[in-house]
Amino acid sequence: MNVNSNASIIEVQDLTRVFGNFTAVDRISFEVRRGEIFGFLGANGAGKTTAIRMLTGLLIPTSGRAEVAGFDVFTHPESIKKNIGYMSQKFSLFNDLTVFENLRFYGGIYGLSTRDIRHKTDELLERLDLAGVRDRLIRDLPLGWKQKLAFSTAVIHEPAIVFLDEPTGGVDPITRRQFWDLMYETADRGTTVFVTTHYMDEAEYCDRVSIMVDGRIDALGTPAGLRKTYGAKNVDEVFVKLARGGSV
Amino acid sequence: MKAFWGFIKKEFLHIFRDRRTLLILFGMPLAQLLLFGYAVRNELNRADIAILDHSRDEVTREITGKLLSSGHFQLSAWLESEAEIEEVFQRGIARNVVVFESDFGRKLIREGRADVLIVTDASDPNMAQILEGYTANIIREYQQEWQMRNRMAMSGVGGMTSGAGGLAASGIIPEMRMLFNPELRSANLFVPGLIAFILMLVSAFLTSIAIAREKEMGTMEVLLVSPLDPRQIIAGKVLPYLVLSIVNVFTVLVVALVVFQVPFRGSVILFSLLSLLFIMTALALGLRISNAVRDQQTAMMMSLAGLLLPTILLSGFIFPISNMPVILQYLSHIVPAKWYLIIIRGIMLKGVGLEVLWMEALILLGMMSLLFVVSIKSFKIRLE
Amino acid sequence: MSVTVKNIVKNHGDIRALRGITFEVTEGELFGLIGPDGAGKTTLFHILTTLLLPDEGDAHVLGIDVIAGFRNLRRRIGYMPGRFSLYPDLSVEENLSFFATIFNTTVEENYHLIQDIYHQIEPFRKRRAGDLSGGMKQKLALSCALIHKPDILFLDEPTTGVDAVSRREFWDMLGRLRVSGLTILVSTPYMDEASRCDRVALMDRGEILSVNTPAGISREFGRPLYSVTSGRRYELLKALRACTHAHSVFTFGDEVHYTDLREDFRPEMLESYLQQLGFDDVRIEQITPGVEDTLISLMSTQDTRDPIGDDNHGHKEGTNDGYNPAIKDS
Repeated sequence: MNVNSNASIIEVQDLTRVFGNFTAVDRISFEVRRGEIFGFLGANGAGKTTAIRMLTGLLIPTSGRAEVAGFDVFTHPESIKKNIGYMSQKFSLFNDLTVFENLRFYGGIYGLSTRDIRHKTDELLERLDLAGVRDRLIRDLPLGWKQKLAFSTAVIHEPAIVFLDEPTGGVDPITRRQFWDLMYETADRGTTVFVTTHYMDEAEYCDRVSIMVDGRIDALGTPAGLRKTYGAKNVDEVFVKLARGGSV
Repeated sequence: MKAFWGFIKKEFLHIFRDRRTLLILFGMPLAQLLLFGYAVRNELNRADIAILDHSRDEVTREITGKLLSSGHFQLSAWLESEAEIEEVFQRGIARNVVVFESDFGRKLIREGRADVLIVTDASDPNMAQILEGYTANIIREYQQEWQMRNRMAMSGVGGMTSGAGGLAASGIIPEMRMLFNPELRSANLFVPGLIAFILMLVSAFLTSIAIAREKEMGTMEVLLVSPLDPRQIIAGKVLPYLVLSIVNVFTVLVVALVVFQVPFRGSVILFSLLSLLFIMTALALGLRISNAVRDQQTAMMMSLAGLLLPTILLSGFIFPISNMPVILQYLSHIVPAKWYLIIIRGIMLKGVGLEVLWMEALILLGMMSLLFVVSIKSFKIRLE
Repeated sequence: MSVTVKNIVKNHGDIRALRGITFEVTEGELFGLIGPDGAGKTTLFHILTTLLLPDEGDAHVLGIDVIAGFRNLRRRIGYMPGRFSLYPDLSVEENLSFFATIFNTTVEENYHLIQDIYHQIEPFRKRRAGDLSGGMKQKLALSCALIHKPDILFLDEPTTGVDAVSRREFWDMLGRLRVSGLTILVSTPYMDEASRCDRVALMDRGEILSVNTPAGISREFGRPLYSVTSGRRYELLKALRACTHAHSVFTFGDEVHYTDLREDFRPEMLESYLQQLGFDDVRIEQITPGVEDTLISLMSTQDTRDPIGDDNHGHKEGTNDGYNPAIKDS
């Protein structure tokens, strides 16, 4: 991995993105620390997706500064892509390939050698207890398993950071918790987890959360800290207070 | 009824807001017309020609002279045998060979008929077609002169041979053969084929996609759970494309008549009525496809493979059906465009009416009725 | 009864989408179908809205048989499908007036029904529906489902993928509609929304696990439930799962919900266990179980499912697959 500083793995300063005369992201600044689970919350249309696209090197910002895994988003978006993992709510797995074929494909994309892929796949399936379905087509697997596999493919190359965009949408409450266990474990091994969710109870699982309203980050802190600052019972209330105050 | 008109209005809004649909609807037909039109309009100027004369008599000399003095051809080789033809083509010495059979002149005088073979290098198909046309024309002209000259002299025997249909049964029989790409048709025929293709495109292709889109977006669920009768949903989807198809046919027709001077010899009313019949057939096909699929992509693939390709390949639009393997000839019978093509070629180019085309019209009517019943029956009033 | 469902079974090929569903909804009730993806909520809604035929069983909506009387029923129900089901290329007002016309009415005639909801998006009435934000789309979809004055409303996962604020607003709107006497069936994967319903049916994998009021659902939990918190949450989770007496261990927000196998369990017992492991900031208190607690517990107890389609088969020890370590057989 390319980062030596163990302080912050994402550094964002006054990051802005303008589409025409619409400012989707308006001078946001924050840091994410290595090994942290960072919750990135916001209402629909608050600018989360735009912000994530900039951080993952998919979209060049209009102005500001941002470094992800030690690389500048303006000058080295390709290096960023090599050092991050990404999983969206829409599965990134191919339904008509087997579990192993999917892992091999993603491992190949990130330049792992065949031996590495084989080794990692076995280890991963062992750990997820999915060794029995190695040669099954993805489409035959239940939702919860797919979700876990999608997550595993996102971290197969041991990225510095993994970005998860609403990874638990529609999943049953038990699988949802299993998924969070996976995230804890990943963070425990040093990979930073950057996650968005609409389940407000999940916000409480994060080490720190930021809340975006109308393109700006209006609040940032530990769940406990935010509750205290806003005199709220939970993050949900904080969120509602901020979003109601901010938008139409 | 108000609900129905509301539906139609919505459908037109979809069409006029989607740039892709608009482009397919109005851009593509005109683009194709111009493409086809200009691609075949080449002028012929001193093309290389080779002669293989097995007869070497007065008549063949006269014909050869006429060919070479026309300004369209220049002689590049005298051939001795058929075996040389391919070589001439391959080396590019000539693109057109005229072969006179032996005893050409004597046969023409004694039997009233003689065979001349026009061989063209069709690796450049348009060129080959033009060469063939020019050569055949010059030979025909000569033949008419020859018949005039000999009518009096041969009046004793010629009573039968100089009749109205004499050209086909007697005289010089120009037989044409294209090497390397034999399936070429006369330039004038592409407009009817194009009309059939455009109707298939607009009526079947776009309709099937429009319905599949409602399914894909989930709006079909809401439409089904409404007081709209399923027949109204079908009609509402189909009617706008029917109107647009008719607009399209006449646009293409007018452009073809004005810009390319394509002849229109028959009845416009009959043309319109039978075109309507074909449009309905196409709409029914589009409907049938959309009933079978869930998303736009499948609808597109199915209409492309199942409707558009057969319309181009199996209808006689580009490849003459008589040249096809027997099995494809049978297959072409179920392609509605084949019958429609016979009909509109008949109306436009030959000026014939129902007295000749009644069978094709009946077949189309039968197909349309059958397909419509099947399509409406297969329309699902539920999700499965 | 507004809805009567008896023993509905529906298979999609090999998948048993509904395995014998029975419940009733009374007039004027706000009834929630709560369960994760794959529970069968959408299939059930399709059957009740006459879009699918059940394989077995029968269902009546507004006293009308959903099979025999489907024509009649279609005039009287309002339905908002799970996916965004408006025309993205039509403007807000074009969508609304289209749905009004196909139900043989006009926006003006029934404006009072949607006024409360529609006025929030009216400033954007010229905007294409596809360009609306998630919350606004949903308000427009609800307006379109209400414009023909339906006698019963079916809303399939209206709040999925919508942010927490818009979700709240949406439920506030449903609350006001309920006051007007409209019967509403709504499905959702969000457990916290159960408390907004009069009664809920908990669904999982084609079955109804329980039908009750939100308070009644909590009472079904059956064991004393404890909330355990500590600053070191992940370590706490692992420690609790390692405890031999643990019955269930699940994270809930910043808390861990815990039940114990012992009859004579007292919180102090757990506290001392954790203290031995070095947790000095532990707080333990008994709490009232929520709907999600109950659903998890019901899902775990009725767990004799077919091997595939089953998330928790043959798990080994390990911390990453919460199921087995989280719940032990009692």
